[in-house]
Amino acid sequence: MSTSAHTTPDQAARKHWMGVLARAAEDALEEAWKGLERQPEHVWVRRPESGMTMVRGRANGNGTPFNLGEMTVTRCALRLDDGVMGVAYVQGRSHRHAELAALFDALLQRPDEAGGLQRQVIAPLEHERSQAGEAARRRTAATRVEFFTMATGRASS
Amino acid sequence: MNHVAEGLPQPGFADAVFDSQASFRAVLDALARPGQIRTLTAPLTAPAPLSPAATALALTLFDHDTPVWLDAGAGGGDVAGFLAFHCGCPLVDETERAGFALITAPAAMPALHGFAIGEDRYPETSTTLVIDVPGLTGGAPVRLSGPGIATVTEVAPLGLPERFWSQMAANRGLFPLGVDVVLAAGEQVIGLPRTVKAEV
Repeated sequence: MSTSAHTTPDQAARKHWMGVLARAAEDALEEAWKGLERQPEHVWVRRPESGMTMVRGRANGNGTPFNLGEMTVTRCALRLDDGVMGVAYVQGRSHRHAELAALFDALLQRPDEAGGLQRQVIAPLEHERSQAGEAARRRTAATRVEFFTMATGRASS
Repeated sequence: MNHVAEGLPQPGFADAVFDSQASFRAVLDALARPGQIRTLTAPLTAPAPLSPAATALALTLFDHDTPVWLDAGAGGGDVAGFLAFHCGCPLVDETERAGFALITAPAAMPALHGFAIGEDRYPETSTTLVIDVPGLTGGAPVRLSGPGIATVTEVAPLGLPERFWSQMAANRGLFPLGVDVVLAAGEQVIGLPRTVKAEV
């Protein structure tokens, strides 16, 4: 196994769909899973397990890293009947969410199924999420308050 | 499994919590009662050339805080990838830095004194050697005595080099420092802690 700082187009694509699957609602994934023509069998490589991970941030995105706080993460790894391995890291404690995300991750790595799944699962989930984000932004924008600082004009003595 | 699966990590314990607890208890017993054979809970797969017992021990005891040294046999197979996935343990090249050593070719193993023997203040920082042998019985008999053994007991593992037992005697002389050894074959282990007195 080789690790590299460079991301290949394949890795970038996988990173994208893993992100979409991790952020998607569990119900939406369950529905998409039930909608598949065939639900393949899988064996566990790592059963779902919940733990904590430290979220780090940078002020303004470029400052010194600081620890924001811990969040709950559930991860798992599985292998489909044809040997393809799917991995998932999702927020929260839902084992089923992690399982579904890993299953779709594995299916999306199959060249013959990836195109269809991208259209039928990933694109709608992404659209749903961007819609929800847009609605939240609009709600927030409606009550936006601008703060102005008045110059007092008093000279420092 | 078809060829696509080659090289990718294989499953570890069927139930990570209970199987590792059972294995932990078995290893603890093995080291407390030197010479007695204990059976570990076998994982679903063992990366070649590791035995199921050595794999179970790795899954139970190794984590990101335990530097692990692999001999040439263990380093060549799927072992490194398996350990990285399931244990996250760092691999080291120097025997004297190892918390654990996995040895699959006992005939060619380095001398015991090459491993970490611990410090006077921290004798527990020594290396624990896990040696895969062809069998735990059927070899030349060795008489064991010392703490954990009521009178005298006998073990007869296969495949250990002759120099091993004289090195174990020298290791005992280092007490409270010294390495601990676990012999593994199939799903079973024998513990040989640093206190054991072995007579060929």
